Amino acid sequence: MKHVEEYRDPEAVLALAKEIKRITTKPWTIMEICGGQTHSIVRFGIDELLPDEITLVHGPGCPVCVTGVGLIDKAIELARNPELIFCSFGDMMRVPGSDVDLLAVKAEGGDVRMVYSPMDALQIAEDNPDKEVLFFAVGFETTAPATAMTVAQAKEKGIHNFSLLVAHVLVPPAMEAILSMPGTQVQGFLAAGHVCAVTGYEEYHPISEKYAIPIVVTGFEPVDILQGMLYTIRQLEAGRNEVENTYSRIVRPEGNLAAMKLIGSVFDVVDRSWRGIGEIAASGWGLREEYHSFDAERKFNLGQQVAKENPICLSGQILQGITKPHECPAFGTLCTPEHPLGATMVSSEGACAAYYKYRRQTSTTA
Amino acid sequence: MSDTPQAGILSCPLPLQNYPRVLLAHGGGGTLMHTLIQNIFAETFRSEQQEADHDAARLDLEGGTIAFTTDSFVVHPLFFPGGDIGSLAVHGTVNDLCMAGATPRYLSCGFIIEEGLEMETLYAVAKSMKAAADEAGVQIVTGDTKVVDRGKGDGIFINTAGVGVIPDGRRIAPDLVRPGDAILVNGDLGRHGMAIMAARESLGFEATITSDSAALNSLIGELMDSGIEIHCMRDLTRGGLVSALNEIAGSAKRSIEVQEAGIRVQPDVAALAEVLGIDPMYVANEGRFALFLPDADVDKALAIMNKHPKGEGSVRVGTVLEDGEGRVSLKSRFGPSRILPMISGEQLPRIC
Repeated sequence: MKHVEEYRDPEAVLALAKEIKRITTKPWTIMEICGGQTHSIVRFGIDELLPDEITLVHGPGCPVCVTGVGLIDKAIELARNPELIFCSFGDMMRVPGSDVDLLAVKAEGGDVRMVYSPMDALQIAEDNPDKEVLFFAVGFETTAPATAMTVAQAKEKGIHNFSLLVAHVLVPPAMEAILSMPGTQVQGFLAAGHVCAVTGYEEYHPISEKYAIPIVVTGFEPVDILQGMLYTIRQLEAGRNEVENTYSRIVRPEGNLAAMKLIGSVFDVVDRSWRGIGEIAASGWGLREEYHSFDAERKFNLGQQVAKENPICLSGQILQGITKPHECPAFGTLCTPEHPLGATMVSSEGACAAYYKYRRQTSTTA
Repeated sequence: MSDTPQAGILSCPLPLQNYPRVLLAHGGGGTLMHTLIQNIFAETFRSEQQEADHDAARLDLEGGTIAFTTDSFVVHPLFFPGGDIGSLAVHGTVNDLCMAGATPRYLSCGFIIEEGLEMETLYAVAKSMKAAADEAGVQIVTGDTKVVDRGKGDGIFINTAGVGVIPDGRRIAPDLVRPGDAILVNGDLGRHGMAIMAARESLGFEATITSDSAALNSLIGELMDSGIEIHCMRDLTRGGLVSALNEIAGSAKRSIEVQEAGIRVQPDVAALAEVLGIDPMYVANEGRFALFLPDADVDKALAIMNKHPKGEGSVRVGTVLEDGEGRVSLKSRFGPSRILPMISGEQLPRIC
């Protein structure tokens, strides 16, 4: 914890906030990509320490929030299969699909288990050879190495009662999607530090050049976030647009080469449907052909789902940074963590959950 | 939610379309659990003796006043660093009686045992209960045993009920909480919940976290005897400090401000909580309580508490405010305040 406390030091935080105030002369809109950063910002009140000129918009970087309804419906259908043990990260279990969530399936009698690692799910498969065991592989580039390692081990050990419902998504294509939207406000990005720890940040250079936008690799603690903002604002004020790394204690330019090699051997880049945003080309990872026998969508005969979004929920606009959580008419009234209408109210990294948990503002439009 | 059931017609006041079945989250100590208790049990079992929003009922009998409470224990694993289901079943019920200002005297224990449980395990749990009861100075005077089919229990479930004596003239309750009251806590937070998580979830962490499970009657007895004016007490079990403070803020119709600087968490607890994405202020304790008392009595109370083995590390964590909104907020180290709402269901670990 010593290393965390260092980055929550009030003196360092206030000094950075002061420096940001000193150098800011114009209004700027900055998006933090990652939901972990959003929660830090709201939890520690970092936005309240910034000058009025700075507008923060919260990005789509919560893997649970962006997993498509269609995939969640498939997950729910699989979890209801009595022959199957369905393993998922805890966050995913309360995200509503078209009708219900995984916790409701568990209460109905489905064998739905919360795990902390895909390796735990593989262990469950080894311990229950007469059952099919499935892992819901959700996440950005951060969780992909663990998924890849698990599949590779399952193949090596010849474990045939194990499969994955893969929902892995990639950050850079989503950044491009946001920048390509008409009327986008975003002028600078705080890139997600933990994603870059895996992938490095070489692929951000072309995005920064193409869209003339500063991209600063940023960590998650208050000092990290303010440092990322300071670097971004410095670039904006000076008219520069570069990729910079303020999270060098964790992130190297080339990323984690061993992890990337493993990912490359297990996954291919595929198109993916993002909840609230829509289909983004080449924005996810799916299992390569030699691992198709571990692909739950191929292994099980799944019915045709008609994905239904709640018509009131504005999570799409929230994930794109167009609307803030408390600007949604359902926020805090029809939509609460007890009765979430959309994923952004569920996940510990969802923007609506962060606003509800730490601010408890009521809807400003109701 | 505002529909009142008509007499004679069995209708459920919960919004059934949302929760046709009980979820695990309905037992998590958050708003879901409170809605369940309020709408199903409090409505159904309403009685004049039932004192609102307290850990134990206060019963006026001929000859004196007693406190009466019950609690069930389903902890898994049965044995964990710092305790086991048996000692926990004694501590939990003893502490509930203390919170109502009672001196705990007698407990009952009901065992629901799963077929196939090793006799040695059962004996170890029973011995542990006896040791915990002796230490707390209470007697287990009646009990019941049921055995259920294999697969229909989880080793052992225990229910304990407890009776304690409330001295004449003593009343401790949320409605006595006043603006300006100080809130003290008898030590660091989150140890029981994180010890269980570390033991249960096979996280591969070395089990260095020990539960804080303890009977508080000796410490609370000393506070009572010292003449300090105690307004309210609440043990910080499921849902942790924040849920307890929200319950009291709601009952007392006063807002509460918590100072982040007053929150103590052991480094190993903080580290595991950080990894799991869980806030220790929401994690269960089994030997911690919040004490509401006038500002003038703070020094005296802290001196007594810090001298007692169950109160080492006692500290002031917050203050009751004038405003009547019943909110709990946290003043952060950097200045900005934020809301500390009651948790909704369970804290779900984050994934990245």
